[in-house]
Amino acid sequence: MATVRVLVGTRKGAFILTSDAARRDWDINGPFFAGWEIYHIKGSSVNPNCIYASQSTAWFGQLIQRSDDGGATWTPVSNEFVYQGDLGTHQWYDGTQHPWEFKRVWVLEPSPTDAEVVYAGVEDAALFRSDDGGQSWRELPALRQAKGSLWQPGAGGMCLHSILLDPTDPQRLFTAISAAGAFRSDDGGQSWRPATHGLKSNWELPDPEAEIGHCVHSITMHPSRPQVLFMQKHWDVMRSDDAGENWYEISGNLPSDFGFPIAVHAHEPETIYVVPIQSDSEHYPPEGRLRVYRSRTGGNEWEALTHGLPQAHCYVNVLRSAMAVDALDPCGVYFGTTGGQVYVSPDSGDHWRAIVQHLPPVLSVEVQTLR
Amino acid sequence: MIRVVLPHHLRTLANVGKEIELEVSEPVTLTTALNALEAAYPLLRGTIRDRSTGQRRPLIRFFACGQDLSHESPDVPLPAAVASGAEPLLIVGAMAGG
Repeated sequence: MATVRVLVGTRKGAFILTSDAARRDWDINGPFFAGWEIYHIKGSSVNPNCIYASQSTAWFGQLIQRSDDGGATWTPVSNEFVYQGDLGTHQWYDGTQHPWEFKRVWVLEPSPTDAEVVYAGVEDAALFRSDDGGQSWRELPALRQAKGSLWQPGAGGMCLHSILLDPTDPQRLFTAISAAGAFRSDDGGQSWRPATHGLKSNWELPDPEAEIGHCVHSITMHPSRPQVLFMQKHWDVMRSDDAGENWYEISGNLPSDFGFPIAVHAHEPETIYVVPIQSDSEHYPPEGRLRVYRSRTGGNEWEALTHGLPQAHCYVNVLRSAMAVDALDPCGVYFGTTGGQVYVSPDSGDHWRAIVQHLPPVLSVEVQTLR
Repeated sequence: MIRVVLPHHLRTLANVGKEIELEVSEPVTLTTALNALEAAYPLLRGTIRDRSTGQRRPLIRFFACGQDLSHESPDVPLPAAVASGAEPLLIVGAMAGG
């Protein structure tokens, strides 16, 4: 009998929600690391009992935790993230150059082939890799050479928040960085180039089609079709059919094309989900109605999914890492809100219910399907 | 032997009680005390001092004998009462509310 394990990172700890395949009755465990910010918690697809968590506070800095028993117990691993080579500088808010400073780990991406290999995306933006299960970390510094001196922190910091590993080509990686853009490597991270052609930021950049500076909020792919990428940008929902060489807009009939997360259905590579947000300065759903939008056509044609979601007076946000899918049939869709709710739809978005209502603000949601 | 009091979250992380005792060779300074602390509890590396710069993290404070020592040079000898163990060195998470 399959089960699902939902890994939830919040402002004040991690929570683990488990259910059988019906996804109706849930056990809620936590908080783990109570009082700490858990920016991301994600399990290995190779060894689902191996889970990594990014734990931090402004007071005590960054820790990385690892569990080898599905989250029951945890062991701190290395928190030593040292930029390699010339530290270099990036643009600061006032336009001057500013040296890179490590602040926190935003995202942990375990390898699809080796549970001991895991990537970490950090602020100030850089990519690190561990080959020993988090016991040590080394930077892949070539990423910062992809015009890093032009990168500038956005309001949320200069964070590397998205890492995509091509399951068919271990040499190909994608990363996305707020207010810098999307980047691609075809040689395992030894060299990188911007993957931003076709992005337009009409209100945010003096040159709307500049190579560097687009505020990418999240990117995703379906593992069966790694040439096709989907992106939620600051404004605009975008798609690439050639592994990031060119992007085109698929916002279509969305009520707002501003938002943070984007997810792909587990079994239908053309079915995608976004959560429209009113605007860049009004981070809540349009009209106070919490709606997930689904496109079954790979974009442009969107339908509102509302059954079970609050349709009045709802002013929460859904952050970039706070949406995920399971691999059951029908596919389950999950998201967490800044109001502390975690919602599940066990039928691909048609019906929703809250698993839990009063957690701290949710920073990330990941799902493991256990068979 | 000096006495060190850790903040709640670092006690949990290091799996220790409120107060711990450390052998620190002379001179007893913040640097030598924190070096001894991190040697005894490697999990605390990076949580009090930045791993790259070695500087005090901005929201950490060091108190002892009714004084705030946070802005003193870390290589200045700590008060004699701390060095003798009569008084503890308090490592504190700064107030950061609003």
